Amino acid sequence: MTDLTKLTLKAAIDGLKARDFSSEEITKAFVANIDAANPKLNAYVVQTTDKALDMARASDARLAKGEGGALEGAPLGIKDLFCTDGVQTTAGSNMLRGFVPPYESTVTSNLWADGAVMLGKLNMDEFAMGSSNETSAYGSVVNPWKSKASNADLTPGGSSGGSASAVAGDLCLAATASDTGGSIRQPAAFTGTVGIKPTYGRASRFGMVAFASSLDQAGPITRTVEDAAIMLRSMCSFDLKDSTSLDVETPDWTASLGKGVKGLRIGVPKEYVVDGMPTEIQALWDQGVQWLKAAGAEIVEISLPHTKYALPTYYIVAPAEASSNLARYDGMRFGHRAGEAKSLTDLYETSRAEGFGKEVQRRLTIGAYVLSAGFYDAYYVRALKVRRRIAEDFDNVWGKVDAILTPSTPSAAFALGDKQIDPLQMYLNDIFTVTANLAGLPGISVPAGVDSGGLPLGLQVIGKALDEATVFQVADVLEQAAGFTARPDKWW
Amino acid sequence: MAVDVATVRKVAHLARIKTPEERLEPLAQELNGILAWIEQLNEVDVSGVEPMTSNVAQPLRLRDDVVTDGAKVDAVLSNAPKSADGFFVVPKVVE
Repeated sequence: MTDLTKLTLKAAIDGLKARDFSSEEITKAFVANIDAANPKLNAYVVQTTDKALDMARASDARLAKGEGGALEGAPLGIKDLFCTDGVQTTAGSNMLRGFVPPYESTVTSNLWADGAVMLGKLNMDEFAMGSSNETSAYGSVVNPWKSKASNADLTPGGSSGGSASAVAGDLCLAATASDTGGSIRQPAAFTGTVGIKPTYGRASRFGMVAFASSLDQAGPITRTVEDAAIMLRSMCSFDLKDSTSLDVETPDWTASLGKGVKGLRIGVPKEYVVDGMPTEIQALWDQGVQWLKAAGAEIVEISLPHTKYALPTYYIVAPAEASSNLARYDGMRFGHRAGEAKSLTDLYETSRAEGFGKEVQRRLTIGAYVLSAGFYDAYYVRALKVRRRIAEDFDNVWGKVDAILTPSTPSAAFALGDKQIDPLQMYLNDIFTVTANLAGLPGISVPAGVDSGGLPLGLQVIGKALDEATVFQVADVLEQAAGFTARPDKWW
Repeated sequence: MAVDVATVRKVAHLARIKTPEERLEPLAQELNGILAWIEQLNEVDVSGVEPMTSNVAQPLRLRDDVVTDGAKVDAVLSNAPKSADGFFVVPKVVE
């Protein structure tokens, strides 16, 4: 019998609809995988098995009547950033340990309305601040992939490390994730999975634990481009509960698949060639260009001159917004409260020192500094101006190109512990992804090859605002050309 | 603009994060490393550029000023560290 946990989301939905197998069967198969794998991979922080089986049986009842939504009966993993009614939601932080939301995020509400089944909550960097899932209060997630060169445990990337590891390790059909500087696309690239961050405003932020609100955007991590198109459609909606939600139609992006790229103009930005980039990354990028050219696309060299300033801009804007957003954790209404304190201020300071981990404290301190009197204009306002320059770079090329091709990350997955000494080394992971967040553009990572150690590498396609259709069109061609079928050897 | 220990102490207080004395010096070094890297933004000509605060071009929506939700005392208090009689219980702040 086929292993149901290895199906694509699309194949599973079709199989469920055809009643080849039941939602209860596939849900139980995933639960068994999670039970066996989680002690090693640490992808799930909460398993909701009873709830999953209840949801699966309800789906089976609907399917038996020929009813059901777009994701009916499909078992998914949910990043611990999304509030789930009655199920602990901590954003990977001790600050929120034991926090049980009495409401549901809009993104997950949409998934349940479409019939999806929740397997549990997925591990992540604390408050989504990290690129290796090592800042989680629940410990690091381990990548199902290992290099041929070493037996070391590798990072699945971050902050959506649990989501990426779970999808790559057959612990769910697909997962929700979120991306503030690259937190969907970098983990997808590190685990041989597909991850898309849509245009800012497509997916509601209501019920998503806030990090940097002008950058945060939800999206899926999946096994295929088609699965990403299916998941993203279910996740997105116009939502009055999010003041930056866009009142636009959510199209059926599977219509983009199979269209090819003949006649499309693909930009290749010269500034994305960075010092010290491994030759394998450059070779993969060149290969991607050849694939698109062979499929009939016109390749256009473009310049995005402010690219090198994107990361420093991000490391002002994101901590500044975080320092404001995370001020809500005062130990009074919810979250951790210190046991002993000498004064009200002491209670705030002690609660936050106990509740927040080291990287979160570091970023909140940077944020408070760049917003403080005397430095606000020199750092924060300047960064906002440079941010506009970065966004204008993209505006200036959209007349010449329809989409942009870049590598997803400057390296393959690295060993856990490797980049913990120097925060700057860790920040450089987002060098190719962060521009799309600053400019609010859609970006997808597609697995396109492996490095000499057999580890997956991804290519990124960036599109115009609200033009996910073209992004999916190009990603589909890359996926077909790459024919990426490598899977991690099961060691867990 | 090098950050010294006194500045870190002040900023940690602004961020309301209790930071032990022995942590201030290493934190100052980390912040200086990050801030030195951020200094490169001074190379960019930003004269006449409006600060970009949002990716969303649309104006913020207005809604009618009416009550649309509420009467959820139990839900609101359900995650309180301490509550009693429908109120949050917080430490005494006025001596």
